[in-house]
Amino acid sequence: MADPNKVDPIHQFQITDIVSFGEGGVSFTNSALFMVLTVGVIALYLLLSTQKRSLVPNRVQLVSEMLYEFVAKMVSDSAGKAGMKFFPFVFSLFMFVLVANMFGMIPFFFTFTSHIIITFALALLVFVVVIVYGVYKNGFKFFKLFVPSGVPGYVLPIVVPIEVVSFLSRPISLSVRLFANILAGHITVKVFAGFIVTLGSLGFLGWLGALLPLIMTVAITALEFLVAALQAYVFAVLTSMYINDAIHPSH
Amino acid sequence: MAGSAQDIIIVAQAESGDALQQGEVVAPAEEHAAEGEHAAPADAHGATDTHASTEAHSEVFPPFDPASFGGQLLWLAITFAALYFLMSRVALPRIGSILETRRTRIEGDLKEAERLRQETEKAAAAYEAALAEARKNAHGIAEETRAGIKADIDGRRADVEATLAKRVSEAEARIQADKDAALANVGSIAAETAQALVAKISGTVTAAEARAAVAAVSKE
Repeated sequence: MADPNKVDPIHQFQITDIVSFGEGGVSFTNSALFMVLTVGVIALYLLLSTQKRSLVPNRVQLVSEMLYEFVAKMVSDSAGKAGMKFFPFVFSLFMFVLVANMFGMIPFFFTFTSHIIITFALALLVFVVVIVYGVYKNGFKFFKLFVPSGVPGYVLPIVVPIEVVSFLSRPISLSVRLFANILAGHITVKVFAGFIVTLGSLGFLGWLGALLPLIMTVAITALEFLVAALQAYVFAVLTSMYINDAIHPSH
Repeated sequence: MAGSAQDIIIVAQAESGDALQQGEVVAPAEEHAAEGEHAAPADAHGATDTHASTEAHSEVFPPFDPASFGGQLLWLAITFAALYFLMSRVALPRIGSILETRRTRIEGDLKEAERLRQETEKAAAAYEAALAEARKNAHGIAEETRAGIKADIDGRRADVEATLAKRVSEAEARIQADKDAALANVGSIAAETAQALVAKISGTVTAAEARAAVAAVSKE
């Protein structure tokens, strides 16, 4: 980073220690800081906004209620009444990813959903929850999930492996989707913003030329806000659908 | 930009040999006791592929740096567990209860409104019934009064008519009697007239002769 004009789009994903607890021990990193901030913001907002428990909600309380009803509807639509047992889980996931993504849109903030290990851990958590609850609830019948009903017997040898592979790839697709969207979006914004700086250093013509990447940066930033919200929604919806599989394994 | 990109690539190539050595030396030194076998190939991979863009930092693309995995997982576990606990124990039950209270309140209000509406309907029906009853009564009373008046009028008319008929028949009887008396007197008047006439013309005639003559004439 010797050259201030040289843009490094990867730098934003760097994890740095803030507090180190001894050599080789665990450190409190920027990633950890933003996880704590994310949880703090969610909890503080939801708890403070609903403190008055108004029968007629004010605006801040209404936002909390809308988030609640939005996720509740999502879960009950895809997983039914029995799925509401997992409502707190899906709600936590949704809020965690949503707020983390939105934090990521603030300059100089660290986006921990751009780290594959985080998204993979969350996806794996969903996967494990689905398998454990599915087997606990349905026993051996859970594996009917891989045998679609109404499919003639001679097709089963082809269909079952496909179903198994698609089931096993769920944590990968779920985690990579979120991670790749956030990572690519952040790199793109950074690269286009870098063009502005690079072109801007070339004098008047450069200033004119820098207009194009400026417009692009603004547009992509807007798109990234959409992606940030959308990916949180997609993560939560897919989680509810996987939970539905655990509750009703037969297709 | 193209120029600087080329520069980076050149720098990367120049340093890659160096970095490969470094990676092999550094990797074990970085305390990845648990992820040792994992870390070494990743570092080597990172050194050849992504070193160019991250030369200022570690040798690996940060999101794929296994060195950060342990710490991030730990903090993720702590924070997400805390979030789940806060959501499932405090925040969501609270919001749920707010919504439930509102729902029951609205339902209660609607039920109360429905009850009041039914009461209103009942009152309206009672009023209607009373009105119909009153109307019926009024009709009966009017009918009764009309009948009473009619009977009264009829009675009086009958009385008057009877009185009048009696008087008429009395008058008729009297007229008849007068007529009869007058008719009865006609013979004697005629006889007296005939006696007077005869007396004037021819001399005296007795009353008996005159009467017999009149009788004979009135027989013809």
